[in-house]
Amino acid sequence: APSEVKRVLDDDMLESLEELLITSDMGVDTALRVTANIAEGRFGKKLSSREIKELLAGEVARIMEPVARPLPLYPSKPQVVLVVGVNGSGKTTTIGKLASQFRSAGKNVVIAAGDTFRAAAVEQLQVWGERAGVPVMTAPEGSDPASLAFDAMTRAEAEGADLLMIDTAGRLQNRQDLMEELAKIVRVIRKKDPEAPHNTLLVLDATTGQNAISQVETFQKLADVSGLVMTKLDGTAKGGILVSLADKFGLPIHAIGVGEQIDDLAPFDPEEFAAALTGLDK
Amino acid sequence: MFENLSERLSGVFDRLTKQGALSEDDVKTALREVRVALLEADVSLPVARDFVKAVQEKATGQAVTKSVTPGQQVVKIVHDELKHVLQGDNEEPGELKIDNPPAPILMVGLQGSGKTTTTGKLAKRLTDKNGKRVLMASLDIYRPAAMQQLAVLGQQIGVDTLPIVPGETAVQIAKRAKQQATLGGYDVYMLDTAGRLQIDEVLMKEVEDVRDAVNPRETLLVVDGLTGQVAVEVAEEFDGKIGISGVVLTRMDGDGRGGAALSMRAVTGKPIKFVGLGEKMDALETFEPDRIAGRILGMGDIVALVEKA
Ligand SMILES: Nc1nc2c(ncn2[C@@H]2O[C@H](COP(=O)(O)OP(=O)(O)OP(=O)(O)O)[C@@H](O)[C@H]2O)c(=O)[nH]1
Ligand SMILES: Nc1nc2c(ncn2[C@@H]2O[C@H](COP(=O)(O)OP(=O)(O)OP(=O)(O)O)[C@@H](O)[C@H]2O)c(=O)[nH]1
Ligand SMILES: [Mg+2]
Ligand SMILES: [Mg+2]
Repeated sequence: APSEVKRVLDDDMLESLEELLITSDMGVDTALRVTANIAEGRFGKKLSSREIKELLAGEVARIMEPVARPLPLYPSKPQVVLVVGVNGSGKTTTIGKLASQFRSAGKNVVIAAGDTFRAAAVEQLQVWGERAGVPVMTAPEGSDPASLAFDAMTRAEAEGADLLMIDTAGRLQNRQDLMEELAKIVRVIRKKDPEAPHNTLLVLDATTGQNAISQVETFQKLADVSGLVMTKLDGTAKGGILVSLADKFGLPIHAIGVGEQIDDLAPFDPEEFAAALTGLDK
Repeated sequence: MFENLSERLSGVFDRLTKQGALSEDDVKTALREVRVALLEADVSLPVARDFVKAVQEKATGQAVTKSVTPGQQVVKIVHDELKHVLQGDNEEPGELKIDNPPAPILMVGLQGSGKTTTTGKLAKRLTDKNGKRVLMASLDIYRPAAMQQLAVLGQQIGVDTLPIVPGETAVQIAKRAKQQATLGGYDVYMLDTAGRLQIDEVLMKEVEDVRDAVNPRETLLVVDGLTGQVAVEVAEEFDGKIGISGVVLTRMDGDGRGGAALSMRAVTGKPIKFVGLGEKMDALETFEPDRIAGRILGMGDIVALVEKA
């Protein structure tokens, strides 16, 4: 078989490995570092292409292992989960999927439709609430999302809900006004519970390239992001930027979106991710 | 955060004090930096590779103007080539084929790329600027409240939307839109479709059927301006299967470098017609190759400097 053919690990091969990683959106610097790591002590050795891919996948999995952590659950009632991200990344859909998972685990969940801006964003979330069997609190279009968040906290506390999930409008991280609006939501929530939000999930789209770094940086600064979800990994984008992000920020990756249906949310599995990224068939 | 290309190149050329013509080696060294700059701007690898090759041929042997450094000279050459590729030949950005009323415009793309919003923006533009009567129809029978979203936008901008009839297929809705546009004397009817992956055979077939049912005058691929390496594959597949007539790049109000513009343009040869610059219905502009070229390279001033020299 052709995979048995061994090739010398030389500069040319390293370059083609770098390129493989770059096409996964890993970014040039991280790709260089990852290939340098596997070359160490092996330069000039003969390796089959399977062996090389295994090495590469092993290295990626090693970097990703520490950040693969499910959404932590806390005893606080309600545990507040704020969901943020740029436009169209998959926030609303991910809330629907998460709500359904928590509901199946016997949790009492409330959702707040904090996107009071986008056309029919509330109606979209209401459908997800129905699918998940979870009530959705809404406010009129154009109203202040922070005051909805406050009301939702009050209701979730009164009802003894286990989890309150708050959807927010999509916003680009360079829009200072909108980022300030988000910071205000956080401040208002903290008036009710200084520990809240217990989780602030940044939802990233797998098709996004290097801009994801700036997204994490800014959302972390202004909204205290505690974990990541990457959506749309059912497409052909490999989400290699997650490797750079793990390297730079070390934020946990709680889950990945693998489709538009309610069950299409999976735990982040470093080995599967690494295999897909490097094209290693398992 | 990003080092821009001129900074990168000034490092490379600091060592070279000799003025005169750019030698092959100078150019090679410089183009290694150009390649990295393009990749950091999310230009797809194969596109970046071809681009660098083309510049290599153009740049070698070019005289360096006295008052600029070799680095600045290379930046200018790269910028001009970038602009050239982005611009294409004799195209009018922002022009849509909407003769023979009612002219169908089909909007396609990945999930969440901005199709519905862009449908509203274009409808508003055609109404306000071109004085056209526009009908919008949502063929998104899958995503929750997708049809409602378009209906709300229609109300906001005062453009008619096709009444929602539950249970119809996308093709049925498209045919009904065509009929209503014909009977109602509309100039243009716009078909907003559900987001789909380029590898989803069932949904790609669905939109092919829609295309065959209405023969769109324009089929616009709506792409997120923050898209990374997958841009090439998305463009090739949508163009190959459906046949697109142009591209709209959304979210260019962000701080992304917009390398997807080059990838899309290079692999499809189809014009980038508009850019989306926000969520509001008037946040749409015609594509300007010059600005995007400067943005991809992370610079703008150098080019003006070299032009003046
Ligand atoms: N293929 C695929 N599509 C997804 C996934 N997650 C979300 N989507 C789709 O992506 C599109 C955008 O999802 P939304 O949940 O509306 O995204 P959002 O971040 O709430 O968008 P805004 O509120 O407008 O900023 C929809 O068409 C979803 O069905 C996923 O994991 N895979
Ligand atoms: N900042 C910014 N946001 C945009 C732009 N265009 C669209 N959006 C936002 O992106 C999100 C998704 O836009 P939609 O128009 O719903 O995208 P879509 O392609 O129709 O999504 P699906 O139908 O779910 O596949 C919304 O929050 C829009 O407001 C733009 O140019 N800039
Ligand atoms: Mg949403
Ligand atoms: Mg849509």
